[in-house]
Amino acid sequence: MYPPEFKVLVPSSLEEALKLLKEHGDNAKILAGGHSLIPMMRLRLVKPEVVIYLGKVPGLRYIRENGSTIKIGAMTTHGEIESSSLLAEKNPLLQETASKIGDLQVRNMGTIGGSIAHADPAADYPAALTALEATVVLKSLDGEREVKVDEFIQGPYFTDARPDELLVEVRVPSLSGRFGTAYEKLYFRATDFAIVGVAAYVEVDGGAFSRVRVGLTGVGDKPVRARQVEEELVGREASEASIEKAADLASEGLEPPSDVRASSEYRKKMAEVLTKRALTRALSKAKGG
Amino acid sequence: MSQQGEQLVKITVKVNGRTYTHEVPPRMLLVHYIRDVLGLTGTHVGCDTSNCGACTVIMNGKAVKSCTLFAFMADGAEIITVEGLASNGKLHPIQEGFRENHGLQCGFCTPGMIMTLYDFLNRVKRKPSEAEVRRAIEGNLCRCTGYVNIVRSALWAAERMYGGGGGGR
Repeated sequence: MYPPEFKVLVPSSLEEALKLLKEHGDNAKILAGGHSLIPMMRLRLVKPEVVIYLGKVPGLRYIRENGSTIKIGAMTTHGEIESSSLLAEKNPLLQETASKIGDLQVRNMGTIGGSIAHADPAADYPAALTALEATVVLKSLDGEREVKVDEFIQGPYFTDARPDELLVEVRVPSLSGRFGTAYEKLYFRATDFAIVGVAAYVEVDGGAFSRVRVGLTGVGDKPVRARQVEEELVGREASEASIEKAADLASEGLEPPSDVRASSEYRKKMAEVLTKRALTRALSKAKGG
Repeated sequence: MSQQGEQLVKITVKVNGRTYTHEVPPRMLLVHYIRDVLGLTGTHVGCDTSNCGACTVIMNGKAVKSCTLFAFMADGAEIITVEGLASNGKLHPIQEGFRENHGLQCGFCTPGMIMTLYDFLNRVKRKPSEAEVRRAIEGNLCRCTGYVNIVRSALWAAERMYGGGGGGR
């Protein structure tokens, strides 16, 4: 299946990419690893006149720690995130999430910047990034700005990026202390998108939950935090019994879509079940050290 | 495949050790470049929707689905297809594994399976567990459902490449 004709522009620097974006903005699509864009172009769901390919732009592929923040270049692949020892230690939630995306081949090509900018409502990263209160850095010729991921993603395939802005970096916290994280993904076939995905991040202090963050994907137009669950748990005894009670609140206020893979009711129920599993696993890691 | 007036992009790609330079239309997929331009038809088009993995090749050391890349994205890259695995008439241990363990039935998914396993086994550098092999080939579908022998072939190959570590399966 060939996509319709398009013109490709291959900038060799970030500056050049931003110039091209300014010039072609509305009619252009940015191509990174291509694992969201190319399938959609082949199905002719997206028909850009111009494609700006970032593969020759240096300096967009890195994972580095900067104080309490870990900065990840937009062109970093899921596979590089999955195998990063820095992330395994200091942000295992992002690392585990990356390891559950697609399959080996997809993780070899797909990029974190591309995935977030594509804003598929069932994508994996947004659950973790919402729970982690992560931000993205958007750059244009006029300057740069940092936006929270849950404000950046505004709806299905719809983001806060202006046509002349490029997502260049993702920032997640470097975690320390008594914390635990887990990402639970429900899918029917490997390589599928999540039917529901739940990311949990907990901190434990003196036998009680001192911090709880729960991010959900696949349950609506955009990723959401299960704030009711978080509020219910903070200050409570760090135990499975507490989680058992609180997890049922995860579906409160949700209106998930119904489609061929799952009904809305099923997704709501699964949001509760996966929240319980994710929190339980995160807690056991927090207790384990 | 090029419409009149369509843009052409010059690419230089090293495939199975040989360097090629061609002008390709932007929308040409890598798999069509490999099959139709280079004539290397060992790489298959299965689903054409990024699901089945029959089109898997190695690009710069990593398994990729060549139906989900434009040919121009491979400019400057080094590619290995299933035709490039055997050396001096001797099959690669993974190919030998498939032959010895009846790792294929119709054979359509085989090149993709082999190329994915090539990336995976080069990466783990030891004999993996059965579960690890099954996870590695998640992105490769066998319509004959012959997975048992495919996994067996992979483990056989791993033993050839890295030694038994206790051996057996």
